[in-house]
Amino acid sequence: MPDFVHAHASHCESGVMSSLLRHQGMPMSEAMAFGLASALAFAYLPFIRLNGLPLIAFRMPPGAIIRGLHRGLGLGMRFETFRSPEAGSARLDQLLDSGKLVGLQTSIFWLPYFPPDLRFHFNAHNLLVYGREGDDYLISDPVGETPVRCAREDLEKARFAKGVFAPRGRLYYATNTPAPADLPRLGRRALARTARIMLRTPLPLIGVRGIGLLARAVERLSVADGGGPARLYIGHIVRMQEETGTGGAGFRFMYASFLQELAAAAAYPALQELAERLVVIGDKWQEFAVASARMIKRRDPLEPPALAALLRGLAAEERNFFEDLRAAQLAWKP
Amino acid sequence: MREREVPQDGNATLAGHRKAVYAVADDGKLRLIPSRGWEVEEIVTRQAVEDLERHAHEARTRVLAGRTSTLEYHMYRARMDVALLSQATGLWRWRVRRHFKPEIFARLPPALLRRYAAALGIAVEALQKVD
Repeated sequence: MPDFVHAHASHCESGVMSSLLRHQGMPMSEAMAFGLASALAFAYLPFIRLNGLPLIAFRMPPGAIIRGLHRGLGLGMRFETFRSPEAGSARLDQLLDSGKLVGLQTSIFWLPYFPPDLRFHFNAHNLLVYGREGDDYLISDPVGETPVRCAREDLEKARFAKGVFAPRGRLYYATNTPAPADLPRLGRRALARTARIMLRTPLPLIGVRGIGLLARAVERLSVADGGGPARLYIGHIVRMQEETGTGGAGFRFMYASFLQELAAAAAYPALQELAERLVVIGDKWQEFAVASARMIKRRDPLEPPALAALLRGLAAEERNFFEDLRAAQLAWKP
Repeated sequence: MREREVPQDGNATLAGHRKAVYAVADDGKLRLIPSRGWEVEEIVTRQAVEDLERHAHEARTRVLAGRTSTLEYHMYRARMDVALLSQATGLWRWRVRRHFKPEIFARLPPALLRRYAAALGIAVEALQKVD
């Protein structure tokens, strides 16, 4: 595929969709892809455990960006999963040989080109395959600065890893060339959806109420016997927020970039002001990360209630922010 | 975060890679800026990796004392836990735990050993010893 261009992104799924859309003749920034798919969220799911720690997510579940854009833009995305690695590889080869750009869901752990310290068993990573040379696949992994290669055997293992979010070889590709996006219409709808998720999800674990519940869980962490488990718990929150391809501050900066871009593209300046406010909220998430890291490193005494107070402050600010986002959305008459 | 505040701390866990983060440039626009890493991330990533390494190390000590099988050590080496190894092999958790008994692990048929080795991404010979 000589005309494919790799782009460095901060998040795998939005990066994959940004590159895929560009390849389909519809250039779209990663932040725009993320925002239009209403991918921003917060979820605290204590009943899903990753290495014994609760799932804490700052975005919608894996696949939501791909499906959200597919619906909004009419991409004609096709999704396939497979029972056996052989069938999965055969189909991938067939699609590549017919000139398709193919997206894959994979585990991170089995991808040899990842830095060893970042190879955890996380199964909802996304990447693009843009070609094949013998038994090597040419891969555009959006979180990498440059394209990479991956051997068939390794890629099969990554595609057929087991566990939470097991990919079952999932691949996807676009079959339509999208029509030019009606940004005001799509944008307005995406804002409404994000405001609804953050403020009005019936389940209290999702949205700003979820931040409050996480605060309560943090507050109750025991500092007995050196507080080892408590340190792992707060380190886990910070990893979900900063380290797992969020673009910083749990996607808050990326969403601010989306608001800014939409303000200009759809000529609705009220969103610019909201973008600036969200950057300030993102900075506070990072202050929470710094405070947590200092406690983990024992530079500050371990005080879970202090971290819980920071989280409650963030919950209150995000509630105000999304109420105002909703008001701006309702006042928007494109 | 302003563009000039984007951390360039040289986070060792990134192994020389750069990651893209969003920051506000001088013109007020948010842009993707490559970052060499942030000390905070390095702290939490190393913390998680060291926790897994500690589990592997403790299992190794128990293997050498004859109190667990090499399977438990290799499970932690592969950054797995019993739940994940059970899913990766298709075996019940209680069976995986049972195979942590050295005397039972020593009697496992080759087919089961191959299943474990494949799930852990190592050779059968490697599975049967600690390094």
